Amino acid sequence: MRRAPKDTEESVRKITRRGLVMGGLMGGFAALLAGRMRYMQVDQADEFRLLAEENRIKFSLIPPERGLIFDRNGRPIAVNEQIYRVVIVPEDAGDLENTLARLRKIIPLTDEEAEKALEEMRRASPFLEYTIADRLSWEQLSEVAVNTPALPGISPEVGLSRHYPMLEDFAHVIGYVGRVSDYDLSKIEDPDPLLRLPQFQIGKVGVESKWEEPLRGKAGNRRIEVNASGRVMRELDRQQGISGTDLQLTVDSQLQNYVQARLGTESAAAMVMDVTNGDLLAIGSAPSFDPNLFVRGISVADYRDLTENDHRPLANKAAQGLYPPGSTFKMVTALAAMEAGVVTAGETFYCPGHKEVSGRRFHCWKRSGHGWVDLDGSLQQSCDVYYYELALKAGIENISAMAKKLGIGVRHDIPMSAVAEGIAPTKAWKAERYEQEWVVGDSLNASIGQGFVLASPLQLVVMAARLASGTQIEPRLVKSVDGRETPVKGLEPLDISPTALQQVRKGMYNVVNSSRGTARSSRIVAEGMTMAGKTGTSQVRSVVVRNQDVPWEQRDHALFVAFAPYDNPKYAVSVVVEHGGGGSAVAAPIARDVMLQALYGGLPPMEAYPSSSRWEVEQIRKDLKLREDLRQDASDRA
Amino acid sequence: MSYLEYNRETVPTGLSKVLYVNWALVVLLLAVCSVGFLMLFSVAGGSLSPWAEPQMKRFALGLVMMFIVAMVPIYFWRNMALLAYLGSLLLLVFVELFGDVGMGAQRWIDLGFMRLQPSEVAKITLVMLLAAYYDWLDVGKTSRPLWVILPVIIILVPTALVLKQPDLGTALLLVVGGAMVMFCAGVHWLYFGAVIASGAGLVTAVVASRGTTWQLLKDYQYRRIDTFLDPESDPLGAGYHITQSKIALGSGGWTGRGLMEGTQSRLNFLPEKHTDFIFTTLAEEFGFVGGVSLLVLYVLILAFCIVSALKNRDRFSSLLILGIAGTFFLFFAVNMSMVMGLAPVVGVPLPLVSYGGSAMIVLLGAFGLVQSAHIHRPRGRR
Repeated sequence: MRRAPKDTEESVRKITRRGLVMGGLMGGFAALLAGRMRYMQVDQADEFRLLAEENRIKFSLIPPERGLIFDRNGRPIAVNEQIYRVVIVPEDAGDLENTLARLRKIIPLTDEEAEKALEEMRRASPFLEYTIADRLSWEQLSEVAVNTPALPGISPEVGLSRHYPMLEDFAHVIGYVGRVSDYDLSKIEDPDPLLRLPQFQIGKVGVESKWEEPLRGKAGNRRIEVNASGRVMRELDRQQGISGTDLQLTVDSQLQNYVQARLGTESAAAMVMDVTNGDLLAIGSAPSFDPNLFVRGISVADYRDLTENDHRPLANKAAQGLYPPGSTFKMVTALAAMEAGVVTAGETFYCPGHKEVSGRRFHCWKRSGHGWVDLDGSLQQSCDVYYYELALKAGIENISAMAKKLGIGVRHDIPMSAVAEGIAPTKAWKAERYEQEWVVGDSLNASIGQGFVLASPLQLVVMAARLASGTQIEPRLVKSVDGRETPVKGLEPLDISPTALQQVRKGMYNVVNSSRGTARSSRIVAEGMTMAGKTGTSQVRSVVVRNQDVPWEQRDHALFVAFAPYDNPKYAVSVVVEHGGGGSAVAAPIARDVMLQALYGGLPPMEAYPSSSRWEVEQIRKDLKLREDLRQDASDRA
Repeated sequence: MSYLEYNRETVPTGLSKVLYVNWALVVLLLAVCSVGFLMLFSVAGGSLSPWAEPQMKRFALGLVMMFIVAMVPIYFWRNMALLAYLGSLLLLVFVELFGDVGMGAQRWIDLGFMRLQPSEVAKITLVMLLAAYYDWLDVGKTSRPLWVILPVIIILVPTALVLKQPDLGTALLLVVGGAMVMFCAGVHWLYFGAVIASGAGLVTAVVASRGTTWQLLKDYQYRRIDTFLDPESDPLGAGYHITQSKIALGSGGWTGRGLMEGTQSRLNFLPEKHTDFIFTTLAEEFGFVGGVSLLVLYVLILAFCIVSALKNRDRFSSLLILGIAGTFFLFFAVNMSMVMGLAPVVGVPLPLVSYGGSAMIVLLGAFGLVQSAHIHRPRGRR
């Protein structure tokens, strides 16, 4: 059927009209699209461009290399070693548990470790790297690398980690580094963004902590381009950071090693100081621990062993431990009295074995008494009554001032976590601390280093050094920073009459060298190396019983301070053995051995010892050798 | 049956047909497809694989098909309209039963060398059948209710099948494309008013049905609607697409970042960068100038089609060309609105540019129909 021409004409007209309308509508819509495009790409372009950059560019920090720490001879104490580790980006890992299970076929992880990792990853941002395992062997690392296609989100990495090659020798001096804790962050006003990096470690105690910022250095940064899933596509630019400052300590690692070994399993501290410049050559605190354990993250069991040990291996007894100095304090009392002009060196007092003051009886350690004693005799035989008499004449304020002059009751500025101030008591101090009046008995107790008086081994060695040198020498632990020597402080003479000082030194000489001296068995017989010192035995409890009959923690502390050579002092030594018994029997031999080691710069010849003690020294050397061999074995195995 | 005024004496035959091909339209199509190759090359990071090369092969195939279709007299295609329509319905049923499942929907039939998407075919066969219907129908009856119901049924049957897949975008395109043919055929304005009103009613029903047992759309489709209305509500989920697309497009500026310098698409911030979101890459790399240029090419294609349709005195030919032009318009208008955040994300590719086999070959085939209608148009004796 053919369509009528009219029908066709009508149809064409209609289609033409409608077609034009539709074309117009389509054109209009196209114009709308063009307008929208113009609005977005021209008017709003800057805004969107910014959003695009935010999408694409991420900053990441490059941790700087931590500064190294050396001993005075350039031997490394704290270094950075390369470690192999495996990190995971949880976001890329897909099924975390599944991936972890596959990884565990390559790297042995305990169930506990795996559980902990899963939990920590769930808490952290999913796009941040998390270290699953570190300190892997090269073989393990390669195996992970080969298997990366099957381990989504996991990548092997090479990093730096702190290592302490001297093991437990320096734990108390330099401390250790550890992961930044929330507590660490809360203490810092405006923390370096580095601290927020997972895995980043900062100094926790000791020099590592006190010199944290110089050691840390400055972070570098890099701008990286990331794709939508956060994968790094390329590096746009990089700014290298600045490595941390290198430190050289005054400590002699060889001597330090000897001191730690010599203290052995005792709960003890020993310090060696150069009296001419204040350099601390050894800072012993025993028992010690391996700081590397903390860097790696100490296990609960190891940590419990350290904290539950009654010898407190974690405590830095040298700088932080406070002890009644006992008779080692007698030089302070003597000088205080002489400087106050209430007594002369030749003046004698009678010791009947005790002193009666306001109805209370104060004993001398020797119940039978020393008879008539002068300064020299009182030091030599450590007569207590002599010092009671001096205290009554001089008064506590003079004694306290003299103690501070000699470094007791003063906080010394060395970079250790906690440096104790000690106590050189005064009337005002007691009033504030105990809200009680000072009584004369307090003065008597203080005069022999008991009662309120407390000093650290560091303060005792400073006292010995000041007595020996007659200067206000200050302890120094950091020898140089980035090669620049740190200044020596306190070379000015002490404000004490040189005669009085010489008289006290003479007394100390006789303590060690005269036939009646309390430390005679620990004397040094080598030419020109004669030692002068003072023993101390400080009471932990008030009732006098024989030491062998009481439990360890109630026994007396043994103390000894010394300097040598007597004629031209070079080194000062202090030794405190907690609950060790008598200063002369326990502390003095250690001090002598340490002193000889320092004087000779190594193992001294047997001729330096009096013949009576050579057999004993021989035994000690054998023990030390055995101990050293054992340690060598252990570090070889590690 | 009414036949078109097909006059063998005035219609070119044999090789002389080539002279009557609308070559300007061919050049425009080639230009648009080239833009597609360039963008696929760019999003692959400057590589012919995996997208540009297969796309070129398919383009070659489509081009051959276009010319074959163009050479066949248009009356043959009109006679084939009903058969083609029924065939595409069959394919839609087939895909419902045996089709490949991809991205949560059953859409493809795997033919081995390519994956055929029957809904793409249906878009064209629907337009063909409607054009043939109005060619057959007396002009005077066009707006009579009875004769309006029939084309509505013709539209709704494939639409229902496509909705079942589910593919909301294509279903909408089928409805609107069919309606465009009806509109051009001269169906009274009031019907469209009524449909738009009931459409609004349907939307209300769809929204109201959410969460009930007779819920009309899938949950993910509802989420897309939510996201469209407020992309910020789900910045890392469904809203991510729109947000990232807008960022990439907007950051292009006047002239863009340059070829292969589009950071957002290259770094995968942009999803489906080689298919539905390829316009975003173009806009990012070539900026406003590039985006508008492509839009102008599209509009020119439309213009050539409309002029050809209006010049054609054969009813079937005119309606077919207008229907195909309208479908083509819907493709790019919906896709561009989508990537610019003017419309919800419904999977509609950018015609001839997005990577994809079916759409390109079907579209080139459709332009073959346009050419056939153009070549075989009734002419006066010369």
